[in-house]
Amino acid sequence: MSISRRKFLGWVGAAGLSTVWSGPASAATTKHFEGYPDSLGVLFDNLLCIGCRTCEEACNKVNELPPPEQSFKDLSVLDQKRRTTAKTYTIVNRYNSSKGPMFRKIQCNHCLEPACASACFVSAFKKTKEGAVTYDASVCVGCRYCMIACPFEIPAYEYDKVLEPRIMKCTMCYPRVIKGLLPGCVEICPTEALSFGKRKDLIRMARDRIHRYPDRYVDHIYGEHEMGGTNWLYLSGVPYTEVDMREDLGVTPASELTAGALSSVPMIVGLWPVLLTGIYAINKRSDKIAKHERELAVDQAEKAASEEAAKSKAKEDS
Amino acid sequence: MYENDSTDEKSWITPFNVVAGLIVVIGLVITILRFTGGLATVTNLSDYNPWGIWIGFDLLVGVALAAGGYVTSAAVYIFGMKRYHSAVRPAILTGFLGYALVVLALHYDVGRPWRLPYPFIVQQGTTSVLFEVAACVALYLAVLFIEFSPAAMEWLGIKRARNLVDKLTLLLTILGVVLSTMHQSSLGALFLIAPSKLHPLWYSPFLPIYFFITSIIAGLSMVILESTLSYRYLKHKMDEVYLKEKNDVTLGFGKAASFVLAGYFIIKFFGLSSGNDWRYLGTGYGIWYLVELFGFVALPCVLYAVGVREKNLVLIKWTSVLAVLGIVVNRFNVCLIAFNWHLPSSERYVPHWLEIGISIFIVTLGILAFRFIVTRMPILYTHTDYKDSH
Amino acid sequence: MDNVFYTLHDFFFHTESITYLLIVPVLVGITLFWKFLAEKEDE
Repeated sequence: MSISRRKFLGWVGAAGLSTVWSGPASAATTKHFEGYPDSLGVLFDNLLCIGCRTCEEACNKVNELPPPEQSFKDLSVLDQKRRTTAKTYTIVNRYNSSKGPMFRKIQCNHCLEPACASACFVSAFKKTKEGAVTYDASVCVGCRYCMIACPFEIPAYEYDKVLEPRIMKCTMCYPRVIKGLLPGCVEICPTEALSFGKRKDLIRMARDRIHRYPDRYVDHIYGEHEMGGTNWLYLSGVPYTEVDMREDLGVTPASELTAGALSSVPMIVGLWPVLLTGIYAINKRSDKIAKHERELAVDQAEKAASEEAAKSKAKEDS
Repeated sequence: MYENDSTDEKSWITPFNVVAGLIVVIGLVITILRFTGGLATVTNLSDYNPWGIWIGFDLLVGVALAAGGYVTSAAVYIFGMKRYHSAVRPAILTGFLGYALVVLALHYDVGRPWRLPYPFIVQQGTTSVLFEVAACVALYLAVLFIEFSPAAMEWLGIKRARNLVDKLTLLLTILGVVLSTMHQSSLGALFLIAPSKLHPLWYSPFLPIYFFITSIIAGLSMVILESTLSYRYLKHKMDEVYLKEKNDVTLGFGKAASFVLAGYFIIKFFGLSSGNDWRYLGTGYGIWYLVELFGFVALPCVLYAVGVREKNLVLIKWTSVLAVLGIVVNRFNVCLIAFNWHLPSSERYVPHWLEIGISIFIVTLGILAFRFIVTRMPILYTHTDYKDSH
Repeated sequence: MDNVFYTLHDFFFHTESITYLLIVPVLVGITLFWKFLAEKEDE
């Protein structure tokens, strides 16, 4: 018994499949994943944002990004509909909402189930346990599928670089956060429109604000469930669509959207050869039978002909 | 027996060669621009529009139109339709060149093309649909190369290896169908991750199935089209067997294409119904969707059917052009036209003319390579040494 | 065994990686099995 067992384990090892057993177990049998329990995040409250652009400036500085085309002091750019680019990880736009001018800060939302990570065919994106979604330029091929996949349209590409173009996006200041520092934008914000902390604490904090000021806030924490949830959360005084945030993204995590298609791969691998070989074998067999019948028919015809000939010969003889 | 005539008899300066030469020169210039100035100098790609026609046309259309290889070899070697045997080699060659050019085009599109092997050798992003596409395309390119190699080896007189590969025919054919099923469908599955960006009329959980079924239509139609064009320009390279089977191939493939188009039409309607997308049909996108569905699916289906019933070969041939155009329309719709439909027109993508230049350059390379090989190797005729092998 | 999957992404990454590893021996295996099945008939 023990020998055969050892043998079996040997085969398993040889096939490189020992990971099946020694690998990590799923957190719950129902396959529902809550994300890293103590992951960090940021809560943005647009009722507190004054559109000063100092977060843009701080972001530019701590991430050593190229100098901006227009000075960070110039607030006229707020009315343009800007987005993140290869040179700016975060931007603030102003919208004329039903409650007057309202600001929106845009940067990577650091999804709990990142679409970019699910889409990347070299696993360049990682969801860290701290909450940040990081990017490793040293393996990036530059296919830009992450940009197709991202529902928030965050990753930008260095199209003008010839040799080493990279995807550029907010890192939630991961290098700073693991040193115990605050993200650049959060640290500089003069009005506490940005709060940094554990995601679960931020959600409690946001709920509390909504509870205390039900007239001021929309009863929805953006990012709690969007696309499976994000580590960057939002509170708003006006419906999110008024500040150009999409409310039609749904709550399905990106990795689930492609899971069905990917799961059909092993089914094709397992069954197509069986089906196709079967069809081949059926055709070969019917060919064989047809050939056999043809030979039989020829034989019979020959036999009949020779019998006929023999008969007629016999007749002639008699 | 045909080896020398094209080079001896005619001068090299023909209108075709002049135009092709010009395109190649322009293409090389754009190539230099691309690899010295970066993507920004030759493309209109942006942060909102990371994929342009180099993906929409060169990859998506290219792979679909190269499906003739697996469709024809499956018909002949698995489904036992031996009367189409003479269509196998040209279809395999078209497929092989198609995939080779897709891979070439990707070198222009990705940011760091020298890293294209990274998903296999450095870090495997197994959750990505693109990983599966990349793996299957790479493997299938190798399979097509092996499937094509007997023609080259007959030409070069390498008999033993040729006979060895010949024994692998069934295995390679099945592997080809398995790989094609996976990556043709996965090209559609690429867009499943972006329901918020693709118009609901085109976004469907059935996208992978749509892409796979249309690849069969594309493959069948391309075989008809390719045989028509070959007959027109390379008739002198064809042997009696090819010429005898040619019309049978057109009729048989036209019939198959018509029926597959009918099935595709039906599942497109079930897709509409299951997504409850009827309300979009009255919009501008809806009208364009109906144009695609009726003009490029239903119409070729009916025209093929009429052509087959009345044995009207000319009609079938022209319908194959329409059907191939339909594939182009469909892939463009999913990748470019209905993608990012929520964005204002100022943020939408329109290809730069240099992008179009590269796409034309790559198609031209394919035609030149096809002509080079067909005028030298036993593609449209059977090599004298192997007359009795089938 | 002290590792746990916290995200669906990690879970899929694990299962998909194993699937891809399995595909190779599966294709070889089914081919050999067919040879074993059909061998006698051909003679």
